[in-house]
Amino acid sequence: MTTAMTTANETAVAKYKNNFLKEVEATVEEGHWVKMCMQCGVCAGSCPFGPHWEHSPQKIFMMIRAGKREEVLKSDSMWMCTSCYSCMVRCPRQLPITHIMHGLANYAYRLGLSPRGQPNQAIAKLFWDSALKYGRVNELKFSLAMYFRDGFVQGVKNALAMQGVGLGLVKAGRLNPLEIISGHTCKDTSGIHKMIAKAREIEDRRRGLA
Amino acid sequence: MTKKQYAFYPGCSSQKGASAANYITSFGVICDKLDIQLNEIPDWNCCAASIGYAEGGELPRIVMGARNLALSDQHLPGQDIVSGCPACWLANREATERLQHSSSLMAEANEALKEVSLNLRTDFNTKSRHFTEVLIEDIGYAGMKAPVIKPLDGVKIAGYVGCQANRPYGIAGESFENPQYLDKMIETVGAEAVPYDQKVTCCGGALAFSEPEKAQALIRNIVESAYDHGADLIVTPCPLCQANVEIYQSEINKKQGTKFNMPVVYYTQLLNVAYGGSIKESGLDGQLIRAEKLEKIAGK
Repeated sequence: MTTAMTTANETAVAKYKNNFLKEVEATVEEGHWVKMCMQCGVCAGSCPFGPHWEHSPQKIFMMIRAGKREEVLKSDSMWMCTSCYSCMVRCPRQLPITHIMHGLANYAYRLGLSPRGQPNQAIAKLFWDSALKYGRVNELKFSLAMYFRDGFVQGVKNALAMQGVGLGLVKAGRLNPLEIISGHTCKDTSGIHKMIAKAREIEDRRRGLA
Repeated sequence: MTKKQYAFYPGCSSQKGASAANYITSFGVICDKLDIQLNEIPDWNCCAASIGYAEGGELPRIVMGARNLALSDQHLPGQDIVSGCPACWLANREATERLQHSSSLMAEANEALKEVSLNLRTDFNTKSRHFTEVLIEDIGYAGMKAPVIKPLDGVKIAGYVGCQANRPYGIAGESFENPQYLDKMIETVGAEAVPYDQKVTCCGGALAFSEPEKAQALIRNIVESAYDHGADLIVTPCPLCQANVEIYQSEINKKQGTKFNMPVVYYTQLLNVAYGGSIKESGLDGQLIRAEKLEKIAGK
């Protein structure tokens, strides 16, 4: 955890005191919807990763209203979202549940409170980094970065375990080994870097993360 | 006949040598037969996808979309933005909606767009659409049927719609729980749509990579149900569904002793074969699990 993150967390705690709902409404994407949850539990029963998380969206929303800040921001639940949108289309109050869960995950991550080593957090970060670097995702480098995220030895094991699939894709013309040296890229990657840096600066200022 | 013009957003997986390269190959014959012209948006960037949320946050993610929308508006004004990938479609459409609904978000996005010398007009409301919508709404089922010269007689198909081709937007008039459009397309080209209870099940999406065990449990259900209902192959409108459901069958076989070997193809490949496209033109040479029944018809 970096000092900047600790500071952002401390600032948020001081600013919103014990009103976590107010904090979520001000800082989390679509967070202003949380108070509309009527606790029916349809989201909990709709999630394909239901057996695997600690708290359902329904529970998370009630915990936010109950001010359980640490428990919510440290929960693994938001990181188990496959973005299938089942909860969202079934919600009788039409809450954008998927987006709120993504927003909570992002906020927890930016405060440095999200669970460390969470594999889905790792993939989300690698995906974004890959997309930004070249303007477009480099599937080969992205896959390799994912396999090697726990070090070289584990990476070789992971890559070997999937080599049959990899070779199959190469043979089928759906994976280009040359992507490792020269992949697809946008022309204006430097512009894209500046654009995203600016967007992040604006959003951080608005959310009090600057 | 004048061709119907669309701004085309291919998306990362549909580039040459990427995981859905054969999907895009299969667009060729269809566009030709149905007089559709897809004009690629110059220098488009990644749509940021759903999984971009963790590092990206809201504004940077929306701005990635806004750059594509602004480029499309500048170079291909008035043309609907079409993508073959449900995740790209969703991201483009979501960016448009969010920016329309909030003038402050629009102002922030335009401040960031200055860095790439672009501007999105505040009344921008060009539609972002999935390629299936173009086929269903602009061409129609009768129009899709007209060029069929090789009906896919006797081929039994499980129509796997998945998540993002169906939720949260979906195809107008369809239900989220049991959408009919893919089955209708299957029947339009003369094949049989088998009943299929895993039609809208999640394949794990991007988490198939990071949570292989959990995702493979879902994929196993998707494949098993296709076998249970007598399907010869699965068809899908989504590159990530296609990749996940096809690629991980061998992993499931290795770990769980199953003998899965179920081809997973795109709806465009069905149309392509029915329109007389060759194995190569239909992208059937890009399958890991070859779709023999389709290859036989395409090779005739």
